[in-house]
Amino acid sequence: MSQARPGSAEIPIQITINGERRCVELQPWTTLLDLLRHDLALTGTKKGCDHGQCGACTVLIDGRRINSCLQLAVMQDGKAITTIEGIGQGSHLHPLQQAFIERDAFQCGYCTPGQICSGIALIEEGNAVTRDEIRELMSGNICRCGAYPNIVDAIQDVLVQRSGVIREAAE
Amino acid sequence: MLKNDPHIGSPRNRVDGPAKVTGAATYAAEFAATDLGHGYIVESAIARGLIRSINVAAAEAAPGVIKVFTHENRPQTAWFTYKYRDQVGPPGSPFRPLYSEEIQYSGQPIALVVATSFDAARDAAALVIVEYAEKPHLTDLSIARKDAYKPPKKRLGIAPPPDPRGDAVKAFSEAPVSVSAEYAIAPEHHNPMEPHATTVIWEGDGKITVHDKTQGVQNSQAYVASVFGLSSDNVRVVAPYVGGGFGSGLRPQHQLFLAVMASLALERSVRVELTRQQMFGHVHRPETINAVALGADADGKLVSIQHHAVAATSQFEDHQENVVNWSGMLYHAPNVDLRYELAKLDIYSPGDMRAPGAPLGLFALESAMDELAIAAKIDPIELRLRNYTDHDENDGKVFTSKELRACYREGAERFGWNKRNARPCSMRDGRELIGWGMASGVWEAGMMKTAARGVFTADGRLELSCATSDIGTGTYTILSQIGAETLGLEMEQVTVKLADSTLPASPVQGGSWTAASAGSAVMAACQDLQAQLFKLARKIDGSPFADASDDDIAFVNGRILLRTNPAKSVLLAEALAASGEEKLEAEKSASPGLIGPMRYAAYTHSAVFAEVRIDAELGQIRVTRIVNAVAAGRILNPKTARSQIIGGVVWGIGMALHEETLTDHRLGRIMNHSLAEYHVPANADIYDIDVVFVEEHDDKASPIGVKGLGEIGIVGTAAAIANAIHHATGKRLRSLPITLDKLLAA
Repeated sequence: MSQARPGSAEIPIQITINGERRCVELQPWTTLLDLLRHDLALTGTKKGCDHGQCGACTVLIDGRRINSCLQLAVMQDGKAITTIEGIGQGSHLHPLQQAFIERDAFQCGYCTPGQICSGIALIEEGNAVTRDEIRELMSGNICRCGAYPNIVDAIQDVLVQRSGVIREAAE
Repeated sequence: MLKNDPHIGSPRNRVDGPAKVTGAATYAAEFAATDLGHGYIVESAIARGLIRSINVAAAEAAPGVIKVFTHENRPQTAWFTYKYRDQVGPPGSPFRPLYSEEIQYSGQPIALVVATSFDAARDAAALVIVEYAEKPHLTDLSIARKDAYKPPKKRLGIAPPPDPRGDAVKAFSEAPVSVSAEYAIAPEHHNPMEPHATTVIWEGDGKITVHDKTQGVQNSQAYVASVFGLSSDNVRVVAPYVGGGFGSGLRPQHQLFLAVMASLALERSVRVELTRQQMFGHVHRPETINAVALGADADGKLVSIQHHAVAATSQFEDHQENVVNWSGMLYHAPNVDLRYELAKLDIYSPGDMRAPGAPLGLFALESAMDELAIAAKIDPIELRLRNYTDHDENDGKVFTSKELRACYREGAERFGWNKRNARPCSMRDGRELIGWGMASGVWEAGMMKTAARGVFTADGRLELSCATSDIGTGTYTILSQIGAETLGLEMEQVTVKLADSTLPASPVQGGSWTAASAGSAVMAACQDLQAQLFKLARKIDGSPFADASDDDIAFVNGRILLRTNPAKSVLLAEALAASGEEKLEAEKSASPGLIGPMRYAAYTHSAVFAEVRIDAELGQIRVTRIVNAVAAGRILNPKTARSQIIGGVVWGIGMALHEETLTDHRLGRIMNHSLAEYHVPANADIYDIDVVFVEEHDDKASPIGVKGLGEIGIVGTAAAIANAIHHATGKRLRSLPITLDKLLAA
């Protein structure tokens, strides 16, 4: 073993992951995805391509959906990250997680955490109402099993539930 | 009420759903181990030749590197080629990683860097310096096909083409209506979302637990034991969740070899993960060229079918699929000539990919049938009905069941086929041309010998286990349904354990045979438990079943009860408690039997209807509607079954419009080895997919009446789309994928 390569000094950051504040020291080249999967053992976030081409690694950074493989972890200093583990667990599932189960919106399950994170952000963004809009705005998340129609159904279910809730609140 | 709500045949949510939507499901690269070594593969940059030198000094000196393995320092593995064979491999010499200095294809693994972190291994891999002595290579099938040959040794389980019947050439030349053309399909890569990975846990004392991305844990186990000379007791392979397979996990892939090799040599746990780019360095669907000639009489009755195919294979193995035989069994014809040949290229061996062979051969046959329908001025469905056959004319066997007529009828009705104007270019909506096409589909309804165990415990729970996998197909769920239904339990009272090599024997999960095979084994085990429980219940003091026989009782709501007087019942847990035992166990296997397959041919069938909309000026093609009517025997779970067919249709759309592995033949190297450049359908590419399961009763294909659904959804879909494109534009595209450059140039 030789000396460390230049620029490999570890950099400390503070980051909130699923509501928990953490201090970590990392190499400057470590991606947020590798930080989650390797260093923090949060393997719910998946690596499908490592190039921002498949969406399997989608997480929420301060509420926005982002491919975690394209983010350097050191850039996340002070930010709040939500991964699938922070979306809902056990009997406390997020409505979209439940809708994915009811609509059979997955098969192998590998793209699913990314689809759900992406879908939650899509709903928050408020830009998708029609099926065509959902399809278009969910196209950054590839599902090789081809569950797309069921994914659109699941998201639409939650959109409808929420618009009902919003209407009720308004009335 | 005598019966529970039936579990079998009811739409049920996936039992593995909660684990998958919360991220709790753990895949091969996600199992933790202390002191884990991370392996990164160095691949060859040339397609053929020798490694003249490989310098690993800089790599070994890099921070965190534990060791670099090459052919020069590889630990001793099995000498004989046959030791590297697996359950499903084709004839030939299986690829042996790091075996020698010989390079057989571009992307071949030539070194494995093991380091304390993935980053360190990847970093060091770039420091390995290789000098090659290049030899001329050939990766272009259009050139290699001139040396195509009939595979001298058949692949187990793949029937070679049948002997010719009649005189197909003469009948073709005399036929009043005929069509003849060549149809090509590009090579495709499976690209499951989870890249191939293996985590080997070093348990000490030469024992390893292998978390492999595989569709067959016992296939991987046998391979590892054979190659590394280990006792199978020392090798346990587990794969509870597999992030998509589609055939790519049928054979042991090189990451399994490399991870086990490094783990044994270093006596520590090792993980090897492929990158997406490296996923293009192994198994794929072979490029295939079909020549089809059909001759018919004036009424459209086929008099001659000729279907000759040539498919690519590697230099070292003769991968074979059933591409042409479908043309001899789907329709009646007196004169048939089918041929299947291979051509060798300097590539990795192709392998099975969703419905291997069938969508390739049927793209050709079903396109040709569409062309024939136009030439004979007959509706495409009517043409197929006029040539309908009730038996497999390749071998004379009667079908166990065949409701293809119902598929045509129900599919056409759902699609609105009767509103179709046969004339091409007859429908337009603004700037879009609209086309409607259809095709038939067929796939084998297979069954393989499989064992399963059922354990009923005093708490009223049933645990089922089998070594088969659930690669996303829904196996956990349908086996739970079968167990719950047979013993009259709730789904929640049943646990299913799969994909562990220590469980009862199962073949790989493939060929659409798992539901029929593992399902029948689970049914047999549960029926044995029924018999044991009934026997115990009869022995209880004052048993209501003293005079009852098997036919008089039913298993409902956790009880055995008398059909004639349901008030008289015994709790299953009570029957078990009375015996003094803590649990009852039954292990049973189910086999296809000997007589059935000799007399009957078992196939699933489908009729696929497609609507395309094509921008008249830009050539952009959208598949806006698919109706797929499927006859697949008994449907265990309409919800997961529908998903299987939708998935297959999406694959068919990918085959028709998107998927194509492109090679730079000057370098013999794949150019588009990423998900940005190898296109698979995205959400916006997929519109309405309507799945119809037609009623089909089959008591011969498998003991539980199931025929399987994993493959039939893709078969026929690409042909239906190509036929719709012709209907929209009048252009016949005979090369897949149909990209807009091909459409605009036609």
